[in-house]
Amino acid sequence: MPAPRTLFEKVWEQHIVAEPDGEPTLIYIDLHLVHEVTSPQAFDGLRMTGRKLRRPDRHLATVDHNVPTTSAQDRLVIADPISAAQVNALRRNCAEFGVEFFDVQDRSQGIVHMIGPELGATKPGMTIVCGDSHTSTHGAFGALAFGIGTSEVEHVMATQTLPQHKPRTFRITVDGNLPFGVTAKDIILEIIGQIGTDGATSYVVEYAGSTIRALSMEGRMTICNMSIEAGARAGMIAPDETTFAYLQGRRLSPRGAAWEDAVEYWRTLPSDPGATYDRELHIDATSLAPRVTWGTSPGMVTSIEGKVPSVEDGKNEAERRSFERALEYMGLRPGTPMEEIEVDAVFLGSCTNARIEDLRAAAAVVGGHHVAKTVRAMVVPGSQAVKRQAEEEGLDNIFKSAGFEWREPGCSMCLGMNPDILAPGERCASTSNRNFEGRQGRGGRTHLVSPEMAAAAAITGRLTDIRKWKLDNPRQELTEGGSR
Amino acid sequence: MQPINIIRSKAVPLPLPNIDTDQIIPKQFLKRIERTGYGDFLFFDWRRIQEGVNAGEPNPDFVLNRPEYHGAEILIAERNFGCGSSREHAAWALRQFGFLVVIAPTFAEIFSSNAGKNGIVLVRLTEEQVQTLLSRSTANPEHQLTVSLEDQSVTDIDGFSAHFDIDPFRKFCLLNGLDDIGLTLRHEQELDRFELNHDKDFWFLPNAGIA
Repeated sequence: MPAPRTLFEKVWEQHIVAEPDGEPTLIYIDLHLVHEVTSPQAFDGLRMTGRKLRRPDRHLATVDHNVPTTSAQDRLVIADPISAAQVNALRRNCAEFGVEFFDVQDRSQGIVHMIGPELGATKPGMTIVCGDSHTSTHGAFGALAFGIGTSEVEHVMATQTLPQHKPRTFRITVDGNLPFGVTAKDIILEIIGQIGTDGATSYVVEYAGSTIRALSMEGRMTICNMSIEAGARAGMIAPDETTFAYLQGRRLSPRGAAWEDAVEYWRTLPSDPGATYDRELHIDATSLAPRVTWGTSPGMVTSIEGKVPSVEDGKNEAERRSFERALEYMGLRPGTPMEEIEVDAVFLGSCTNARIEDLRAAAAVVGGHHVAKTVRAMVVPGSQAVKRQAEEEGLDNIFKSAGFEWREPGCSMCLGMNPDILAPGERCASTSNRNFEGRQGRGGRTHLVSPEMAAAAAITGRLTDIRKWKLDNPRQELTEGGSR
Repeated sequence: MQPINIIRSKAVPLPLPNIDTDQIIPKQFLKRIERTGYGDFLFFDWRRIQEGVNAGEPNPDFVLNRPEYHGAEILIAERNFGCGSSREHAAWALRQFGFLVVIAPTFAEIFSSNAGKNGIVLVRLTEEQVQTLLSRSTANPEHQLTVSLEDQSVTDIDGFSAHFDIDPFRKFCLLNGLDDIGLTLRHEQELDRFELNHDKDFWFLPNAGIA
């Protein structure tokens, strides 16, 4: 009887190419996702050394970080010459090296972590990498997926492998029904608040428990996406019927007999009963309240019922110094109730929360209301597919008639590498993943929240407890069957 | 990559935890398609005055702008240095500015990997040891540290002496200035064999490809 193994261990062992003495394990990479920002220097490296792309069929490319979201025309002719040059470099590189590429107005374009799953390129049991830290998103399918730097991108291009030290395992079990108004975003913000932004460093986290099982693929992706915000190498969730239902019929999903074989294999992946982890954490979902960040690190988070902390609340000297700096940067007075904080902007988008379910949940909050006069609000669907589906469902009209801007897909204001940025001092309720200084624009102030909370903040003009919102269509009723 | 072993230099103290890669190199410099020229953009926003009539001018208070720290090859920070984005530009900026060593209690993982591949030695010391070094370099900008990769040690003339752990393979690559791809290609036969079997075992999983 072989020893019980975790999901992670099964995927890891399936991909070991070599285990040289005294060196990291060489693991095989099934899929590399490519975008314009972290790839040009890697393609250049291949050219300089005369190396080829070992397996062009194991790479997929799109443009997301740099592209304007204002209009189709602005995307075809990018005004910023440096952004345009970077996008053009990816076009040329993909043509030269034979990589399938989804250009700005392609039906399949979108944020790289949106389109992998949408195309069915992301599948259980695979190893997936990308020169982007939010590659952890793909772990929602039971893949081992992690972000890498540009040298590693070049390494994968040349060898389809990466030397890796075997990470430790960390199971986070979330049990119980989520209270009304509490979402996957709140679960992951709670986890980061508890363990800290380096709490999962050197671990692969497996999310388990009845709450996780009950989540749609969209919710699971939101959780795995922000694993990196706790420092984790990767986040993973065991594949199940929800996963298979999501994948069936997608372009790169198996068909016919291959589908049957694939599902049979995928069913062997979940952790065996009795498998052990290096670390465990349990969270009671029934006790959770909506979360909102107050500072400049995702770990600086509190409940929407909470107050802005004071410097003295820092646990040690280093934390007190960083609290002091964060309070000053954020322009917040200790003791201020979070619900009294007024916002100037609302951003609904990013690889964390720009999927169809997120937009439906936000639209349900918005319906019949109007964005506050003091607020600039935008919805940036994560992909062309999400944008199309939302438009078919009429969500775009709900947002537009409420005063939101309805944009083209891309990373947008999550990181402000494109024209979508905050002005210095502007305060934003954002569904993205990072509230670092300057992340959404130099001097911009970010509060991370769920899509529902962002939508409510747009309407009231301040951070708002969604549980007090009168809602005809709460998320629970909208998630039946997930989305396609 | 240049081989690296003993670094003797003054050190720049940056006493903050969770210094993320967005601070190390802000996003506007990620649009460049070159691998060089990032040194001037290191900690770009922190090096400049953010508000008022002098906005955009160098901030004389920021430690990297203080002339007494010029030429330092060692940076000292607090825990979780390099968290956030995977941008290797952060490692490029540090290295091209002139830093060969970063000392901190802990580092984020992707940054660690990127630093190693760019000839930067990451030295993990205890919180207490880091506090000692931070205060000595703050009190005396000329305070010299000696980092020996071979011996895995940090010392100064005032009796500070600490051992640090480093992955032996990373150490070997740094000492010899080795390129990872070349090292991996030593296993090309195993790779060919693995790949053949892997493609066969997972015949049912389609890959990408230009349709």
